[in-house]
Amino acid sequence: MPNVLVYAELRGGDLRKIALETVSAARSLADTLGGEVHAVLAGATGSGAHAAALGEHGADVVFHTEHGAFAVYNPEALTALIAERARSGYAAVLIGGSARGRDLAPRLAARLGAALLSDVTSLKLDGGALVATHPVYTGKVAVTLRLTRGDDVAVVSLRPAAFGATPASRSARVEAVPPVGDPADVRVAVSEISSGDGRKLDLAEAPVIVSGGRGLKAPENFKLVEDLAAAFGNAAVGATRAVTDDGWRPHSDQIGQTGRQVSPELYVAVGISGAIQHLAGMRASRCIVAINKDAEAPIFKVADYGIVGDVFEVVPALTAAIRDVRSKS
Amino acid sequence: MNFFTRSKQLVKIAVCIKRVPEMDVKFRVAPSSKAIDETGLKWDMSDFDGYAVEAALQMIEKLGNGEVVVLSLGPDPVQEVLRKALSMGATRAIHLKSDQVPFDSAAIASALAAELKAGGFDLIMFGKMAIDSAAGAVGVMVGELLGLPTVHACSRLEIAAGKGTARRELEGGAEQITFPLPAVVTIDEGIARPRYPSLKGIMAAKKKPLETKPAQLGAVRVTVDGMALPPERAPGRILGEGAAAVPELVRLLQTEAKVL
Repeated sequence: MPNVLVYAELRGGDLRKIALETVSAARSLADTLGGEVHAVLAGATGSGAHAAALGEHGADVVFHTEHGAFAVYNPEALTALIAERARSGYAAVLIGGSARGRDLAPRLAARLGAALLSDVTSLKLDGGALVATHPVYTGKVAVTLRLTRGDDVAVVSLRPAAFGATPASRSARVEAVPPVGDPADVRVAVSEISSGDGRKLDLAEAPVIVSGGRGLKAPENFKLVEDLAAAFGNAAVGATRAVTDDGWRPHSDQIGQTGRQVSPELYVAVGISGAIQHLAGMRASRCIVAINKDAEAPIFKVADYGIVGDVFEVVPALTAAIRDVRSKS
Repeated sequence: MNFFTRSKQLVKIAVCIKRVPEMDVKFRVAPSSKAIDETGLKWDMSDFDGYAVEAALQMIEKLGNGEVVVLSLGPDPVQEVLRKALSMGATRAIHLKSDQVPFDSAAIASALAAELKAGGFDLIMFGKMAIDSAAGAVGVMVGELLGLPTVHACSRLEIAAGKGTARRELEGGAEQITFPLPAVVTIDEGIARPRYPSLKGIMAAKKKPLETKPAQLGAVRVTVDGMALPPERAPGRILGEGAAAVPELVRLLQTEAKVL
């Protein structure tokens, strides 16, 4: 069974970037195995239109299930649907590790009696075994895990943005598949209660993150951070735990040991001292800039570039300079 | 109407907790290269598990009666975190003894599910992930193995009349989840800050029951090939003070870091 199965996550009817990353990762694994990539796509009426994008990133077959009960995240019905497909024989099932993917992958593994590799940042075959790396100890250690493949399928969840979405010129064959049982007859019912403005870049996907801490002094001063993010044009806004605990920003914006772990191209820390709790969430960023009034702040030890100064003076100047650069590019 | 499922019966909540090293240190890899060097590490209950214990205690306190049972899998020292939970107010503890805690969520989940299966719990709680191994899978797997409604990463949780309502944070959003009890939930940050055990609680915990039995891990399929420390960040530079340093920063972002 050299084929690889993936779950193509939709949210609000849109195909998520993580779905394309998952298909690309599956393509590369299937190529090593000499097999095909099959994708499970489940959504409401019209969701089949996303099959083309899955093909363009490496899927050979898209199993499409259309049902109104898949208009929202439906973990129990999805588990039944993907497990049924997986039982027909696959080397591995790959799930994108979004907030919902992290809920779905363990369900599926337990349903299948399969072993699970969670939140992996690399995945390869080595002598018939699946070998994956996974950041542990708040990102301070990387573990390489080996799953010896027996006859049973393995379930793997992928860390967002760790695998690129690589175009592959394929045209997927689409097969309509009925749901397993009644997907509306479930115990766990999910409804989305807020989804931002839809255009906002997520922390996991943004190439640039501008984060604010206590040094901003008051919640309304987060406007400085938002303005700088807007000047970059491709930036998301993050925050420290101190700030989310105080309700200045939602918990979902928190970057750190108990919050989100991010690794953007550029991370700008504004008024952040650099507590270990925060560093655990952002030290894997490619380039770190820190702006803080205290030259002794620990953030300067991990920052590539630092400016010592008043954030209320430095940040507007930086915003203007970035806006200037962007307008010329 | 009862707060939980079965009126007149004792409400039972199980909380599964893990003993983990404190994270504010520089870890070293052991000579075997397959584990961290545990010399000198301090240990505590995993952060999210502490939120789960606190949330469970608050529910039972609100209800006026009931039982919070804490479970932990691992070598003998895990009894320290079980005692801590007992000193916070948990009723009794179960230690599932295993020389090691494997990096295999499925094996751990099957051992916990085997123990929890016949416990008659109204609610089984976990932290959303252990802060050390960071897989975030065991709780959900236990729920699936027990065939119970399962919700991962609850940042809010309300239980009333045999039903649960939870909130989960999404990338740039949130969702609401409703489910019937009995159920399995894993707890995210934002629900409750764990209390510090009082002296009275610590004294009382010494007399509370702590049962030890072997963990039924079954086959361990995932093994550690190696552990490594990520490359150190090269020391950075302070470019200057105040807005005057901004042009140099922008130049370096363009020409050196090439991120603009």
